[in-house]
Amino acid sequence: MNPGVLTIYRWELRKLRAQKRTYLGLGAAAIVPIIFVVALVTQSGQPNDVAFGRYLHDTGLAVPLVLLLFGSVWMFPLITALVAGDIVAAEDRNDTLKTILTRSVERHQVFAGKALATFTYAILAIAVTGAVALVAGILASGFNSIISLSGTRVSATEGLGLVGLSLLFYLVPILAIASIGLLFSTVFRNSAAAIVGTLMFSLLVQLIGILPGLGGIHPYLLSTQFNAWQGFLRSPVDWTPVIRALWVCAIYAVPALIAAVLVFLRRDVAGD
Amino acid sequence: MSRVMPEAVPIEVRGLVKRYGELVAVDDVDLTVEPGDVFGYLGPNGAGKTTSLRMMLGLIRPTAGSVRIFGRDPQLSVKALEGVAGFVEAPSFYPYLSGRENLRLFAAFDGDGAAARIEESLATVGLAERAKDRVGGYSHGMRQRLGIAAALLRRPRLLMLDEPATGLDPGGMRDMRDLIRELSASGMTVLLSSHLLAEVEEVCNRVAIVRTGRVVYQGSLVDLRAQAGEDYVLRTTEDGVARRVAEIQAGVTAVRPRPEGGLTFKAEGEDAVSALSLALTESGALIRELSPRHASLEDLFFSLTEGDERVETRRESGEGGGDPAARAKEAA
Repeated sequence: MNPGVLTIYRWELRKLRAQKRTYLGLGAAAIVPIIFVVALVTQSGQPNDVAFGRYLHDTGLAVPLVLLLFGSVWMFPLITALVAGDIVAAEDRNDTLKTILTRSVERHQVFAGKALATFTYAILAIAVTGAVALVAGILASGFNSIISLSGTRVSATEGLGLVGLSLLFYLVPILAIASIGLLFSTVFRNSAAAIVGTLMFSLLVQLIGILPGLGGIHPYLLSTQFNAWQGFLRSPVDWTPVIRALWVCAIYAVPALIAAVLVFLRRDVAGD
Repeated sequence: MSRVMPEAVPIEVRGLVKRYGELVAVDDVDLTVEPGDVFGYLGPNGAGKTTSLRMMLGLIRPTAGSVRIFGRDPQLSVKALEGVAGFVEAPSFYPYLSGRENLRLFAAFDGDGAAARIEESLATVGLAERAKDRVGGYSHGMRQRLGIAAALLRRPRLLMLDEPATGLDPGGMRDMRDLIRELSASGMTVLLSSHLLAEVEEVCNRVAIVRTGRVVYQGSLVDLRAQAGEDYVLRTTEDGVARRVAEIQAGVTAVRPRPEGGLTFKAEGEDAVSALSLALTESGALIRELSPRHASLEDLFFSLTEGDERVETRRESGEGGGDPAARAKEAA
């Protein structure tokens, strides 16, 4: 009986648990909301120009939402890239690809296990930020109702559901970033290059978005999809950005994953 | 593949080529390793041994040619490596996991009950005590032994080892040789690459000698030795007398004085050597040393792998190690 993807996936998670970078990423995901809330409590002002910024002192529910907006610039892409950019390249660094590829697992299974572990980590990072931000926010500003983007008041419980949904949907662009990180990790065979490359890619896409005359492509940039969850915070729900985010992110993620798989399947495993 | 393989050959390599741009790392290599062989893949560093091994394990794609491992192509599926284990270059591990954790991971990737063999494999290579430590802190020798343990998890019928003695101290090298002999005696076929003739000579029955990607000799060590002729070194209390005795002794040829004293000669068989020792004693030239000298095989190895000019360079740079025989041969 040959082992399958599930076995590899479990071991990839175990390897992540044994590495410092995993805790660095998850630690950042936990600490940033705490620092944010401490800053909020010690200062009377708030970022009024950001959606939900003006409700930060009224309800803890606003905290994770504002963090999602701020975090999309580089924090969440960086946390994601930290593992996505390393997970294949680390095998090159330790020269362990030859070791595992001469056991009884096929290359595509190894890649699948790595991709699943990367996605798991990214999901966990968002969950940690969301949970910590909610708890800290509610402790600081209370569990109160929130005003939706359409100006209607949403009860605290309903608001909590919408925040959960927003966090969940935020994973769509995050997993696209993770896929690009996986591609860079596979192609560059170097963690640092892949992590910086993924972050640079994410920043460049944002820069394209502010170039004059390119407003037309703005809805199709990866960076724009980080705001798609706001559709859920309108009443009625605005499905346009949500649905667009699904296919736009797929356009970034799927070719990246296919390219990564092809490179991984065909590459020579030679220590150079 | 439902082809019937009554006696599948462990390794069958035909016309194997690997090119990196202009550089031809492996050049039209044919290789056959039969069941039960301890096969030495011998050549200087950079001769393409590791590249060949990587192709045999399906790690890199050949530019041309084919590899069959027990009749199956490792390029198509890792299933071709069933019953095969080993490592290329230094064995590598996850430094942040312990030795035992590394083996657990490999065993999980092996399936087939490999996990049950972890402790046994650790004991075989003498690492049971240190198995709980992170591999990051292991010495080179310990990694080498862990590499063997990792291979044994697969209960291989074919073991492929790339320079297994590299970087080991003399004791470690002896342990490695003993282990290879032991594994071979238990019925395992072994392919062993090395740049050291002595290492291969000690354990292998057949060899392939490679030079810049090409196989320049393939066959048994006995045949290679016969091709080289067995040289003996003789030192006595009366070398002048000994020389005259040796020159008229049947079965003894090529008697030559050595610059540093004593004689060298070739013998047709061990009986001729025994007869010579008796004749010497009777003549009053008492034997101080009478020993076979494998350097002749080494000479042949150098000339096969490097060509005579290269032997010259080695001597000048001193990296060939003080080999007076090679020097004398060059001078002749």
